[in-house]
Amino acid sequence: MQRQVALIKQSLFDQGYLDEQFMALEELQDDANPNFVEEVSALYFKDSARLINNIDQALERGSFDFNRLDSYMHQFKGSSTSIGANKVKAECTMFRDYCRAGNAEGCLRTFQQLKKEHSTLRKKLEHYFQLARQAGPKETARRPK
Amino acid sequence: MAVGEVMRMEIPAGGDLTVTPPELHVLAVDDSIVDRKVIERLLRISACKVTTVDSGARALQYLGLDGNKGASDLKDLKVNLIVTDYSMPGLTGYDLLKKIKESSTFREIPVVIMSSENILTRIEQCLKEGAEDFLLKPVKLADVKRIKQLIMRNEAEECKTSSLSNKRKLVEGNIDTSSSSSSSHDDSSVEDIPSSKRMKSEFENLSSLH
Repeated sequence: MQRQVALIKQSLFDQGYLDEQFMALEELQDDANPNFVEEVSALYFKDSARLINNIDQALERGSFDFNRLDSYMHQFKGSSTSIGANKVKAECTMFRDYCRAGNAEGCLRTFQQLKKEHSTLRKKLEHYFQLARQAGPKETARRPK
Repeated sequence: MAVGEVMRMEIPAGGDLTVTPPELHVLAVDDSIVDRKVIERLLRISACKVTTVDSGARALQYLGLDGNKGASDLKDLKVNLIVTDYSMPGLTGYDLLKKIKESSTFREIPVVIMSSENILTRIEQCLKEGAEDFLLKPVKLADVKRIKQLIMRNEAEECKTSSLSNKRKLVEGNIDTSSSSSSSHDDSSVEDIPSSKRMKSEFENLSSLH
């Protein structure tokens, strides 16, 4: 079971869904805070759902306020970076590039891709955390006491 | 007790200085809920007391700098360090830094800026305004540990200077045969690194990274 958890985590890194920031967060866990990363992840998905909603609404309105969109995306990129959401972060960067170029079509296209990556990551992490909980605390990296 | 005075020094008869460090109380300011959670964890692991707020305005409110005198009972818990995000809606981290450095009560509190953007002019601007350091996000545990050491060392230096000069005064009081008039008491034995010098070397360290 624990091996399975380790393999899943490895594949998430290998496929570029997560980067070393995720590992850095796992290293902050200990006996007193064994679910820290899962808690951060929950906060991240709740917060980013709100941002996605805001951006969706802004895009639906049709008038492209690139400054506002860039501002939303700056927040999105920030929290994605903090949790190690590598692919999502890349889409955020691309979106911001299109914003700065005033390219509405590019923004729309990238945003669809971003939502896909976000949704995929959410499912994968939910699966990972579920298994990690079942397997017990051994597999996630822990700080020695 | 002066702001920033954290360390209590015990001076036994032998003259050996020992330090019993109490915990630093850090005020962390960030509009991102994810980043607040992370910085809080990093600080707690580094044995700091942490208070998080989600904006510069709230930070000023907490410190009692928003014009509401005596608003917070929590002010009794002195803040030893402020760590703030740069890009925040409303008051930016830079604005907050300026307000703190403009305040006679709080300007001695070290302020560290965090930013996801590695913009040299931004870093320069903050260091020039008196920021203790500038951290690139995502902030690492090593960054926090380093900052903490820096702050604790500075506090210790300040404590040492003031307690050494107090000790000297005590000693002089006992010497009644001394004929010397007020000699200039040179505290050069205790190096008090002026903050501008510290910042300069920090800036040089940063520039050398590019």
